[in-house]
Amino acid sequence: MSRARFGRGFDRLVRLPPFVWLSAFFFVPFAITLKISLSEPATAIPPYLPVLDWRAGLDGWSAFLEGLDFDNYATLYADPLYRDAALGSLTYAAVASLILVALGTPLAYALARAPVRWQPLLVALVVVPFWTSFLIRIYAWIAILKPEGLLNLILLRAGLIFEPLTILNTEAAILVGLVYAYLPFMVLPLYAVMSRLDPSLREAAADLGASPTRVFWSVTLPLSLPGILAGAGLCFIPMVGEFVIPDLLGGSETLMLGRVLWTEFFSNRDWPLASAVAVLILAIIVGPVVLFRDSLRVGEAGDGRP
Amino acid sequence: MTWVTRTALVAGLGFLYAPILVLVAYSFNASPLVTVWGGFSTRWYGTLMSDAPLMAAAWVSFKVAVLASGIATVLGTLAALVLERHGRFRGRPLFAGLILGPIVMPEVMIGLSLLLMFIGVGLDRGLVTIVIAHATFCTGFVAVVVAARLRGLDRSLEEAAADLGAPPWRVLTTVTLPLLAPAVVAGALLAFSLSLDDLVIASFVSGPGSTTLPMRLYSQVRLGVNPEINAASTLLIALVSAAVLLASWLTARRGPG
Repeated sequence: MSRARFGRGFDRLVRLPPFVWLSAFFFVPFAITLKISLSEPATAIPPYLPVLDWRAGLDGWSAFLEGLDFDNYATLYADPLYRDAALGSLTYAAVASLILVALGTPLAYALARAPVRWQPLLVALVVVPFWTSFLIRIYAWIAILKPEGLLNLILLRAGLIFEPLTILNTEAAILVGLVYAYLPFMVLPLYAVMSRLDPSLREAAADLGASPTRVFWSVTLPLSLPGILAGAGLCFIPMVGEFVIPDLLGGSETLMLGRVLWTEFFSNRDWPLASAVAVLILAIIVGPVVLFRDSLRVGEAGDGRP
Repeated sequence: MTWVTRTALVAGLGFLYAPILVLVAYSFNASPLVTVWGGFSTRWYGTLMSDAPLMAAAWVSFKVAVLASGIATVLGTLAALVLERHGRFRGRPLFAGLILGPIVMPEVMIGLSLLLMFIGVGLDRGLVTIVIAHATFCTGFVAVVVAARLRGLDRSLEEAAADLGAPPWRVLTTVTLPLLAPAVVAGALLAFSLSLDDLVIASFVSGPGSTTLPMRLYSQVRLGVNPEINAASTLLIALVSAAVLLASWLTARRGPG
C-alpha cells in the first residue's frame, strides 16, 4: 500500500516540471495574446491599452475590463486585406496538401516496399532534410527559380523555352517551397501506416488475379487512408501560419496570415492587431487539430489500437 | 522492387537533395555569379571567417542551442515517461496537448505570444528569452523521440526491479534511464539542431545584441543570393546533418531489451 502511494507521489513529481514549464511558456502566453487582441494600439510602452493595473485592486480590474473591445476583430472582418490573407493561407495550405498527398503517397509506398534492410537508411535519408536548416533549404530554391537561375538555364540550354520563365515571386514558387519543405512531414506518417500493412492482404488480392495496379488502388491505398489523412493534417496546420516560404519565395503582394502577422508586428508595430491575427490563425487551425488529434499524439500508445 | 517504386524513390530523394547539393556546389564556385562556373575555390569560406557580425551571431546561436537543448532534453524525457508509463491520469489530455502542441503550432504564434508575455512580466529580451522560447518548442520533439524508444522497451525489466523492492526513483535511474540513453542523446541532438535552425521564434524574442545566426543569414538572404551565405549555409548544413545522422543512428540501433 505504502509503496503504491509513494509511487504515485513520485509520478506527480515527474509530471510537474514539464507541466509547469509548458503551462508557463506555452499556455499562459496564448492567454495573454488573446487578451492583447482585445486591446487598442497606443503610442506607449508597451504599445497597447488598457494595461491591467493590478495594484489598483478592483478599480484597476473594472477599468481594464471596460477598456477591452472587439475593434481589432472588426478590422480583420472589414478590411479585405485580412480576409484575402486568410483565404490565401487556406488556399495555399489546401493546394499544397493535395500536391503533397499526390507526391508523398508513391514515395512512402516505395519506402515501404523497399528491401527491409535498406528501409532504416532510406527513411533516415527522408528525415535528414526535414531537420536540416529550414531557412537555408528555402533560400537554396532562390538560386534555382530566379530568372537567371539554374532551372531557367537548364530549360534554355535544352531548347524547351526561348526566354526565361518568371517563377520566383509567384504563386508557383510558394507552392514549390511548401511542398519541398513539408514532404517529409507527409511521407513519415504514411510510411508508418504502409509498412505495417499485412502483406497477406496484397498477396490474396494478387492470387485472386488482381494486377499490381489494381492491388495498389483497391487494397493498399484504402488501407493507407489513415496515414494519408494524418500526413495531410500534419502539413496543413503549420502551413497556414507559414512565414519564411511566402516571404522569401513569394512576391511582395503575397497574402498569407503568417506574413501579415509579421508585418503588423514588426513594420506597423500594431501589437493588438498582430495578436488578433494570431487568434484568427488559431481559430483556423483548431478544427484540423481536433480532427487530427489522434495522429498528432505521435508519442502515445496503449489505448488498444495498433 | 519494381521499376515504379524505384523511380519514385529516386525522384523523391532527388527532389529532396537537389537544392541542397546545388547550394553546396555554388559555395565552392570562384565566380560570385550563379550562372557562371568560375572554377573550384574556397575563397568564400575565407571571407566568412573574417565576417565579424556573422561569427558573433554564430556564437550566440551556439550558446542558445546548448542551453535550450539541455533544458528541452530534461523536460522532454520526463514528459515521455509520463506519456508512456503513467497510464491514464486526470489531466492527461491537457498534458499531452501542452507537450505536443508546440510541434504543430505555427512559429509566428509561439514567437508572438512568448514575446507578449516576456514584455508583460518585464523580462528583458536577450539570450535568456531565446533560450526559454527554444526549450519550449523543442521539448515536444524530444518527448516524441524518447517516447518511441520507451514504447519498444521491455517493461518487464522495470517491473522486475520494482518487484525486487527498488523504489520508483531507483527504477528510473538504474534501469529505465540507462536503457533510454541512446534515445535521450538523439533527442538532445535533434533539439540542438532545431534551436540552431530557428529563425521566426528567435526574431520575436531576441533583443539588441542577441542576433542569432539564422537571423543574420535571413537579413543577408533578403538582399539576394550571395556566395558567402552559400558557404555559411554549407557549414551549417554539414554541422546539423552530422548531428541528425548521429541521432538517427542512435535511435535505429537496437539496444538491449
